[in-house]
Amino acid sequence: MIRRLALALILAVALGVVAACGGDDEGGGSQAEARKLVVYSGRAKALVGPLMADFQRRSGIKLEVRYGDSAELAATIAEEGDNSPADVFFSQDAGALGAVEEEGLLAPMPKAVLDRVPARFRDPKGRWVGTSGRARVVAYSTERLKGSELPDSIFDFTDKRWKGRIGFPPSNASFQAFISGMRLTVGDERTRAWLRDIRENDPTLLENNIQTEEAIARGEIDVGFVNHYYVYELSAEQPGFPVANHFLRAGDPGSLVNAAGVGLIAGSDAGAAAREFVDFLLSATGQRYFAQKTFEYPLTAGVAPPKGLRSLEDVHGPDVALGRLGGKLRSTLEMLSEAGFAS
Amino acid sequence: MVVAALAALPLAYLVVRSAGAGSDAWAVLWRDSMVDLVGRTLLLVGAVTAAATVLGVALAWLVVATDLPGRRFWGVAAALPLVVPSYVTALALLAALGPGGLVQVPWLFGFTGAFGALTLATYPYVFLLTAAAMRRADPALEEAARSLGHGRARAFRVVTLPVLRPSIAGGAVLVALYALSDFGVVSLMRYDALTRAIYQQYRSLFDRTPAAILGIALVVLTVLVLVAEARGRGGGRVTRSAAGADRPAVPVPLGRARWPALGFCATVVGLALVVPVGVLGYWAQRPRGGDADAGDLLGWAGHSLLASGLAAAVAGLAALPVATLAVRHRARWTRALAQLTYGANALPGIVIALSLVFFATRIAEPVYQTLALLVFAYVVRFLPQALAGAEGAMARVDPQLRHAARGLGAGRLRVAARITLPLAAPGVLAGVTLVFLSAMKELPATLLLRPIGFDTLATEVWTATTVSAYSQAALPALLLIALSAPVIYLLQVRPGRPAALAAEPASD
Repeated sequence: MIRRLALALILAVALGVVAACGGDDEGGGSQAEARKLVVYSGRAKALVGPLMADFQRRSGIKLEVRYGDSAELAATIAEEGDNSPADVFFSQDAGALGAVEEEGLLAPMPKAVLDRVPARFRDPKGRWVGTSGRARVVAYSTERLKGSELPDSIFDFTDKRWKGRIGFPPSNASFQAFISGMRLTVGDERTRAWLRDIRENDPTLLENNIQTEEAIARGEIDVGFVNHYYVYELSAEQPGFPVANHFLRAGDPGSLVNAAGVGLIAGSDAGAAAREFVDFLLSATGQRYFAQKTFEYPLTAGVAPPKGLRSLEDVHGPDVALGRLGGKLRSTLEMLSEAGFAS
Repeated sequence: MVVAALAALPLAYLVVRSAGAGSDAWAVLWRDSMVDLVGRTLLLVGAVTAAATVLGVALAWLVVATDLPGRRFWGVAAALPLVVPSYVTALALLAALGPGGLVQVPWLFGFTGAFGALTLATYPYVFLLTAAAMRRADPALEEAARSLGHGRARAFRVVTLPVLRPSIAGGAVLVALYALSDFGVVSLMRYDALTRAIYQQYRSLFDRTPAAILGIALVVLTVLVLVAEARGRGGGRVTRSAAGADRPAVPVPLGRARWPALGFCATVVGLALVVPVGVLGYWAQRPRGGDADAGDLLGWAGHSLLASGLAAAVAGLAALPVATLAVRHRARWTRALAQLTYGANALPGIVIALSLVFFATRIAEPVYQTLALLVFAYVVRFLPQALAGAEGAMARVDPQLRHAARGLGAGRLRVAARITLPLAAPGVLAGVTLVFLSAMKELPATLLLRPIGFDTLATEVWTATTVSAYSQAALPALLLIALSAPVIYLLQVRPGRPAALAAEPASD
């Protein structure tokens, strides 16, 4: 019996070794002094993998990418402290970058790099920079609504006509950033009132943006407060996905533009290669990739927005610097919890 | 001792993290919502444990002790849901039964959905351990009880059940720990449990201190579960003195009851395995599916098998001394030692992963993010599963046998190799199988601790689902299930006849 167990396990491990070697497509040790860069990426491989490969090809720098959840990677970098193997943190949202920055684990970036992006999409202390923008939108069911039936301010969704038809993910970082942005533009009192009135409309609370979009498609709800690009991902997966984006009026808190971004890890000794990577993300090539492949807004000047989307200027949400949102997070969560939207 | 100390690393981490906390951080525990949260968590854990235990024991009895048609097939099929990541089970249930699904169950969200998905995902723990114990049980006992005039049901309750109790209790604990630590299902089913609060702290506040404190609350709940388990295990102990009647038991003829029995098996396996596999199959044939080429799949499968195989072997070896201690010396401290290792198992994977990040970068940097550390993480996370198997089995080995062998001049190691191990083998095997299957689908620790580029089937499933590319998640998920089937067959169903090895020492 024990022998059989040993056999079975050895077999599994051996198969593993064989298959793992067979599946390895890395060329093996080439040049002795090949430059390499360790990237912790909170952005999914399916989204940015091709971009990473492109950088590797162009620069000759070998990228070692650890993919994961942005928040979990931020916590990992914090636990690793000075011993972090990471050189660069590429994050899904500004909040996770801000958290690592607060731990004192991000290195300052050259001003020339920072200046390529509008001030509100970068860290006021110059330790991270946005690489692509994502707008808050109202996603709606194309089966039960027409775009023209939707109001152009987030404040109008407190109307009784939306009772039982709204859904959003209150525990999601991008939703919380939107509430923080609302507080910074219209003040705490109006934000509280909005939360209370929305609560009156019996919203369906979901875990994340994708679940929100799917709830719309399934007919559970008619509108959802989400980021703009999920509908593209879902349509690619399910052709004819019956959901579309509605952009609110420019300046409305409901159209906050958040950013994915990148920061350099303080203890890293790959300075030059890391800066080359950031340069690449902000280059015309990198920015075009985001516009065309991930349907996000390029943040540097002179690169066209994704096809079929208004320009960033027209979407222009409330004039809030993303770097200021992090400081509001804790009190925003308290506010959400008072309003009954968080545990 | 060393094993337990290493397994307790996550607990040490929680203490380190919460030690620095100010009083406002502890305030997370005293919010009003906390009572609700703990209440809801306990309700879910209690209900899932009860239901999974009933399902697991019933299936084990049908598969091992009766003439159910296709017993071997059901033996594998009923264990397989263990390898379906529970969030896939939940996604599949939602796709099939949720709004817009084939059959619409309006009350699916919330408790019902979480309860259903978790029960279906966890009953195999009880099933595997109980089935292993039944295979090892002495048929002569029940036969004797029957010949003394007890009915079948009474003979089962009075004679067989006490023998199985340690294994059933061990399985039930694993179910409870799983339900305590699960995040994927409760999040998809929108049921507010303690783990959701912990994830909230990490995900939106990036704050590790309150998360650690909530983790400690979870550990306290675990202790409650373990105390309950100790009662369930029973004070007494039933050992098997000799190899006993060394033959397979005569299967219980089901007669007409075989059709409802088959229906029962088919329903459970249908919901827990066929629905997820069906939904995965449906996803796989969607237009965007099949992007991965065979080479990629092979590589991922290789990594999964390699890491999980090593983890299973190491966990099996590590469990033996702890189980031996806990069973032989029933002192308070040995129990505490064994329970310490369970403590970690109720923590969400992310907490365990971060604790190892914390310790490895400080004291074991050379192995940080290597295969060795990944395997170590699996062992820490899943040791209780190996233990549950080993302890249940060792408890049934009669100490008299060991004493006799020692008296005849055999050394300790020889006794272990010739007597204890062969007698305990099915249980140990069952535990090792559990570790293997759990490691195959493990995610949070894998993501943070694997060597860079060490993609496994589980990480690929996750990667695809994060961008809602279900069609790309389908193939690796199906392969995960397909690869696990032969392992279950080899370890569980084929060694149905434990006679040969066990007979040897007994005849000395």
